[in-house]
Amino acid sequence: MSATAHPRDRISRTAAEVMSRAPVELTPEGEVLEPEQELMTINMGPHHPATHGVLRLLVSLQGEVVRDLKPVMGYVHTGIEKNCEDKSYWKVIPFVERMDYLSYFFNMEAFCGAVERLLELEIPPRAKYLRVIHLELNRIHSHLVWLGTSALDLGAMSMFFYCFRDRDRILDLFEMSTGQRMHTRYFQVGGVFEDIPLGFERKLREFCAEMPERVEQYLAILDRNEIFLRRTRDVGIVPRERLLELGVTGPLLRAAGEPWDLRKVSPYLAYGDFDFKIPVGTVGDGYDRYRVRVREIVESVRIIEQALDGLPEGPWIADDRKYVLPPRHELSTSMEALIHHFKLVTEGFRVPPGEVYNPVESPRGELGCFVVADGSAKPARVHFRDPSFVNLQALRDMCVGGYVADLIQNLAMLDPILGGIDR
Amino acid sequence: MPDAAGLELIAQELNEVAPGSVSGTYHEHGQACLIVSPERVLDVLRWLRDTPGQEYRFLASLHGADYLPARPRFGVLYELLNMPRVERIRVRAALDDPGEGSLPEIDSCVELFPTAEFHEREVYDFFGIVFRGHPDLRRILLPEDYVGWPLRRDFPIGGEPVIFTRDEPSVPRWFE
Repeated sequence: MSATAHPRDRISRTAAEVMSRAPVELTPEGEVLEPEQELMTINMGPHHPATHGVLRLLVSLQGEVVRDLKPVMGYVHTGIEKNCEDKSYWKVIPFVERMDYLSYFFNMEAFCGAVERLLELEIPPRAKYLRVIHLELNRIHSHLVWLGTSALDLGAMSMFFYCFRDRDRILDLFEMSTGQRMHTRYFQVGGVFEDIPLGFERKLREFCAEMPERVEQYLAILDRNEIFLRRTRDVGIVPRERLLELGVTGPLLRAAGEPWDLRKVSPYLAYGDFDFKIPVGTVGDGYDRYRVRVREIVESVRIIEQALDGLPEGPWIADDRKYVLPPRHELSTSMEALIHHFKLVTEGFRVPPGEVYNPVESPRGELGCFVVADGSAKPARVHFRDPSFVNLQALRDMCVGGYVADLIQNLAMLDPILGGIDR
Repeated sequence: MPDAAGLELIAQELNEVAPGSVSGTYHEHGQACLIVSPERVLDVLRWLRDTPGQEYRFLASLHGADYLPARPRFGVLYELLNMPRVERIRVRAALDDPGEGSLPEIDSCVELFPTAEFHEREVYDFFGIVFRGHPDLRRILLPEDYVGWPLRRDFPIGGEPVIFTRDEPSVPRWFE
């Protein structure tokens, strides 16, 4: 470094030496790099609106180009998995909902499905359909939040308001059917908590009729936005093979051209009954990821409409008194019902020893719940394979070699939920 | 999912290729699992990944589990997936507790499945299982200076005592 260098360069040089382990000072030919070409390690986050949560990134920059990136997480780790080991099975449900706080129905489905597998408990067809309706509404809700915040990161301010307007309608629907807007605890082991109320179907149909039109409006806003197009096209491309190596699933993988969707390949619940398509991309850049998610909203609307059309009559929760609370009105007339109620509420039901892994397709990819039962009324181990946690490993591949401004865009298109990553 | 007979065939072939690798199998709730010895876990995973006819190329998940009081105590579970056939198989490496002062060790599978990097760090973080050959084995979710392996079954849940203002005289210097 020459003695005439500007003092500011010396500061950045000092920082590079202290913070990055191997500052690049010489090219392979042995030439000294210019100060602005040297690596500088900077810290992004953890508190930054563009990190979509409490995520910290250690970024090594060479000028404006990202050369290395390390995510640091754990800032909102709350020990949910450990706490689950101290709760009876039915009390675990509200805990796991709070992991990935935008796709709470999926967390419930992964856990309840795992316990139902352990119990070999078959849930009634109406419960399956009701679950599908709520899961798909939740998928739309999650994608809308993603679309609004990601477009906001790229400067499309109005998208945020449009998306949150429609998201609020979904929350209203959740409030109508489950009593809560978020973290509803609607799914139970054996079915769902309550049948849908009168008028819910009409409101839901209105929503389904309007939503495809709304999606067209979103597309019209963003697809003609020159800034959005230039910032997403051909940015953050990772080859499909590499994504598979990194364990990436969900819209990220589908945008790269792999039509992998657990709803299609291993239809759980009632997904085998419905006609829907899996949107896939061709290039795998940020634009494809955006298009795939937006098309998924339309497909989810189609699933909901079909589920409403074919909604079977009958009970919404399994009729097995060993695992499911008896109906309220029986408590005052039946001694057995009272005993069952008492046992279920105080101790909870016991699950025979075994272990299962139950994967479902969440808005972010494969959400798996691994449950070990030891024969008692509390699970011995609950582990969530959270898609955000695994997908985050692909961020380095997306960003290295690109500009630091594209890092924000890549992170937004990755759609990480830090509550799910840190659990 | 391979059925119960198919699982036995896999176990038999594995024991021929890598003697002593598979110590048991179970097939329950429609899911197949191989219980393998931790020394041979890489051989098993590589065989399942590369052998024509198996080709479980996708590591869907990796969990740790503590089966206290059973022995061997720990389990590292690999959820392998064959995407074209949509078949899953679980591999459970059964690790013994080496006792006070030392941690159980197993080979890292990051070379075979790069996705395992975060998973293995998480298992190390929560159970104190050391993955030999892992490129960057540090705590991932807990603070770096945390002491203990909290998801072990003998680790108490505990909590922090709540100090009310009225109790401050009885607990001097509580904020330290």
